[in-house]
Amino acid sequence: MASHPINATKYVANDERMHWHDKALWFVREKRDKAAHGIPEWEQLRSYASTIKTHTMNKMDFYLEEFEKNATAKGIKVHWAKDAVEHNEIVHKLLKEKSVKKLVKSKSMLTEECHLNPYLEARGIEVIDTDLGERIVQLRNEPPSHIVLPAIHLKKMDVSDTFHEHLGTEKGNDDPTYLTRAARASLREDFLTAEAGLTGVNFAIAETGGVVVCTNEGNADMGASLPKLHIASMGMEKIIPRLQDLGVFTRLLARSATGQAITSYTSHFHQPVEGGEMHIIIVDNKRAEFLANEKYRQALNCIRCGACMNTCPVYRRSGGHSYEHVIPGPIGSTIAAFKEPEKHSSLPFACTLCGSCTNVCPAKIDLDSQLYNHRQDLAEAGHLPKSKMLSMKIMTYLFERPKLLDFAGFMARKVVPKLPNFLIYNKFNVWGKTRDIPEFPEHSFKELYEKMKKEEREENDK
Amino acid sequence: MKIGLFIPCFMNELYPEASMATYKLLEKLNFDVQYPTNQTCCGQPMANSGCAKDVKSLAVNFVNNFKKYDYIVAPSGSCVTMVKEHYAEFFEDDVNYNKVKTSIYEITEFLHDIIKPENLDFSNISFPHKVGLHNSCHGHRALGLGAPSELNIPYNSKLENILSLVPNIELVELNRRDECCGFGGTFCVTEDAVSTAMGKDRIQDHIDSNVEVMTGADMSCLMHLQGLINRENKKLEVLHIAQILLGKDI
Repeated sequence: MASHPINATKYVANDERMHWHDKALWFVREKRDKAAHGIPEWEQLRSYASTIKTHTMNKMDFYLEEFEKNATAKGIKVHWAKDAVEHNEIVHKLLKEKSVKKLVKSKSMLTEECHLNPYLEARGIEVIDTDLGERIVQLRNEPPSHIVLPAIHLKKMDVSDTFHEHLGTEKGNDDPTYLTRAARASLREDFLTAEAGLTGVNFAIAETGGVVVCTNEGNADMGASLPKLHIASMGMEKIIPRLQDLGVFTRLLARSATGQAITSYTSHFHQPVEGGEMHIIIVDNKRAEFLANEKYRQALNCIRCGACMNTCPVYRRSGGHSYEHVIPGPIGSTIAAFKEPEKHSSLPFACTLCGSCTNVCPAKIDLDSQLYNHRQDLAEAGHLPKSKMLSMKIMTYLFERPKLLDFAGFMARKVVPKLPNFLIYNKFNVWGKTRDIPEFPEHSFKELYEKMKKEEREENDK
Repeated sequence: MKIGLFIPCFMNELYPEASMATYKLLEKLNFDVQYPTNQTCCGQPMANSGCAKDVKSLAVNFVNNFKKYDYIVAPSGSCVTMVKEHYAEFFEDDVNYNKVKTSIYEITEFLHDIIKPENLDFSNISFPHKVGLHNSCHGHRALGLGAPSELNIPYNSKLENILSLVPNIELVELNRRDECCGFGGTFCVTEDAVSTAMGKDRIQDHIDSNVEVMTGADMSCLMHLQGLINRENKKLEVLHIAQILLGKDI
């Protein structure tokens, strides 16, 4: 249960890095604000996005079948995977058929979710993540800490050390341009020698049977165009009905993610490259369960912009890895708690219910309500510590008895101010670790009110 | 007009002065203000901890205590939000709850929306200090006391609109105008490291902005921040907004 607080405590302990992380992400949040406030119809766009997603979720089967039909007609092979294992097996089978030894991959949270890299590596296939941030964390053998900024937990000197070790760059040279050039040169070699490319999917358009991938580095385009085999993996919620719906999302996505008007590359893939093959794998992996659940269904509206992470005051100060889930932050917490409640029971509580996430979400997902609901469901399912449940029951018992509550308050006001400090500030008083307790007044408001009313009555009686 | 005064349980015990200021503000406006003495807690701490089902008895008690009033007013955006947003599951289209839900206000919201700024007179008080406004999240985002910085909607702040009526007050702009302070109910103990970090950052923002007095519409946030300020001997006063509006000086 207590995993997030433990991880967060460690992260917060490095005050300088914690504040650096907070400021870096707040900077992104401010850029997002500027972009969002620059479009008069911003709130209208969010409503459109939410409406389109809700409509699509309600007719998911219809649009997926339409997509399959139209994609197939364009010479794309569509596969269906009910879970991560099936997805990985399909990818492996396709690669094996073409004797692929090296796969270049562009950003895909789905393949992180399915743990595709270790699966393929165990079967002798080299996987190269080609998004710069993803490449950095891959070399370090770490999971991404953010869905859009996978290496945001690292400083440039960390990257310099990593590249020195793996790419042979000069030790101590942390010039960003120098490091980026080194990564680019190394990746260029990989693009030219890989026999297959795998991309994620930002949007799959039912009407056209094509998929759209948004990146800033152009790496998806290289991976999808140079090798003869292109595999695109998508969660089934990526479907949108029409090409004209796409504009709503592309206008929202980059502005919400980084404050850019649009990603540098918005690439449409509608057929295999000449003489090659294109495959699309549509993955469920518990998405159907979300769809069937009224309380959490909206989580499928997510377009993976990461804005909820950038704005979350807890995420900014605890870092992405503290969530121990492939997707961190508010959206990650609701997904994790839905899929594996027992394992991730601390995540819905890693939140003050401030509601900022819900306000930045371009698809208007009710994130803070979902996290509130998860808390109730976790308690119901018995996934909360017994001590917490008991203390809540005691509090409720007390609050059900006004006279007993008054007595307890009266005693506390009499006793606490006279207690020596060691009885007030000790390991049982978590509040008091960093905060003073409030000064206890002589009388409660109720006592003062009753005294005042009594005096008024006596005055009137005279 | 009869007003039922709803004082959050912890304010009753620990903050009688801010509670009394709320009472006096309403009394000065010639309302018949009553404090139903059987009220206890709205149930929020338990509900936010996952035990919403257990607090039905408290919700029923609340509605019974307050159903007879024309307005219910409380010095807490957070507790008002609990009653407004999270009680529905206990009452199936109940006429009394529906009445309570639509007649409950946070004190500044009541002054702003029901009394209206043009009818308020603060000419007999003065608050010649630099004031920083801590927008508590539930009041700000859930209750709509101000325009959240995330949304592209016209700027507004009911708290600022009311505070700016106080003679000689200087409202200071903070770097992050509606960042959470990290109180979050039981969050402040279950996630005490992050809670403390958030609170300290919130305080630092006020200090960096040369604020003398921090105020807000939620004593729970302010209690957490005051606890941190006192521990670290920071030079920053904390007052509930009702105290300033009643004319308290530092």
